[in-house]
Amino acid sequence: MSPLLFWIFVAIMLFFAGMVVLNRNPVASALSLVVSFLALASLYVSLDAYFIGVIQILVYAGAVMVLFLFIIMLLDLKAEITRRINFPAMCGGFAVILLFSKVLFDVCYGVYGGNAKFPQISQGPQGDVWQLGMIIFERYNLPLQVVGTLILVASIGVVILSKRELK
Amino acid sequence: MVSLNDYLIASGLLFAIGFAGVLLRRNVIIIFMALELMLNAANLSLIGFSRYNVQNGLPDYNGQVLVFFVIAVAAAEVTVGLAIIVALFRARQTTHVEDINTLKF
Repeated sequence: MSPLLFWIFVAIMLFFAGMVVLNRNPVASALSLVVSFLALASLYVSLDAYFIGVIQILVYAGAVMVLFLFIIMLLDLKAEITRRINFPAMCGGFAVILLFSKVLFDVCYGVYGGNAKFPQISQGPQGDVWQLGMIIFERYNLPLQVVGTLILVASIGVVILSKRELK
Repeated sequence: MVSLNDYLIASGLLFAIGFAGVLLRRNVIIIFMALELMLNAANLSLIGFSRYNVQNGLPDYNGQVLVFFVIAVAAAEVTVGLAIIVALFRARQTTHVEDINTLKF
C-alpha cells in the first residue's frame, strides 16, 4: 500500500475515533465509530489480512454497531450537557498527553531499529481464507468450540438479564 | 514505504484516544464504545506483527487467529454489556456514571 493511502486511512480512523469521544450526541458518536472501524478494516486489508478485514466490517461495523445504535435509540439518550472546564485538571491532562506521546513515539520507533520493513509474501495457492480456515479447524479446533460455547452462554445470559424480574 | 513502526504508532494513538474516552465521558454507552476502540487498537498491532513475522512466504496466521477469537469474544461481550446497561437503565433511569455510585465507599 502506498504511504499516502496509508496515512489517509490512519487520519480518517483517528479523526473519527476522536469524534466518538468529543461528540455530545450519542448517535453521532456511534456513527463516527462505524467510520473509524471501516478505516481500520482498510488497514487490515493493507496488511494482507483480507478475511479479518471482512470480519471487521461484518461483525463490528455491521452487527455490533447496529446493536449500539439500537440501544441508544431504545433508551432515548439525550445529548450530554457540557461540563464546566476545570483549568488545573486540563493542564494536567495536556501534560500527560505530551509525555505519553513522547513515550509512544520513542517506543514505537525504537523497536526493530525504527524502520521495520515488511518482508515480501507469496500468497499461497489457496489464498488467505483457506489458510486461516485450515489453521482454525486443525490447530485451534478446541478453542473454536470453547468460543462457540461462550457465545451460547452469552446469549442465554442476555435472555436472563432482560427478564422483567431477576430471581 | 510504510513500516511496522507506522502501524504501531497508529495503533498506539487509537488506544490513547479510546483511553481518553473512558476517562473523559460520563455516559456508560460512550465509555463502552471507547472500550471497543481500545480493543481494536490491540487487534491492529496484532495484525501488524502477524504480517511482519513471515514464515515460508506466508504471514504468521497464529496472530490472525488470535484476532479472530478476540473479535468473537468482543461480540459476545458487547451483547452482555448492553443487556446490563439496559437492566441498569430500567432500575435507575440513568446511564451517567456519576449517578451510579452506590458501590463507591
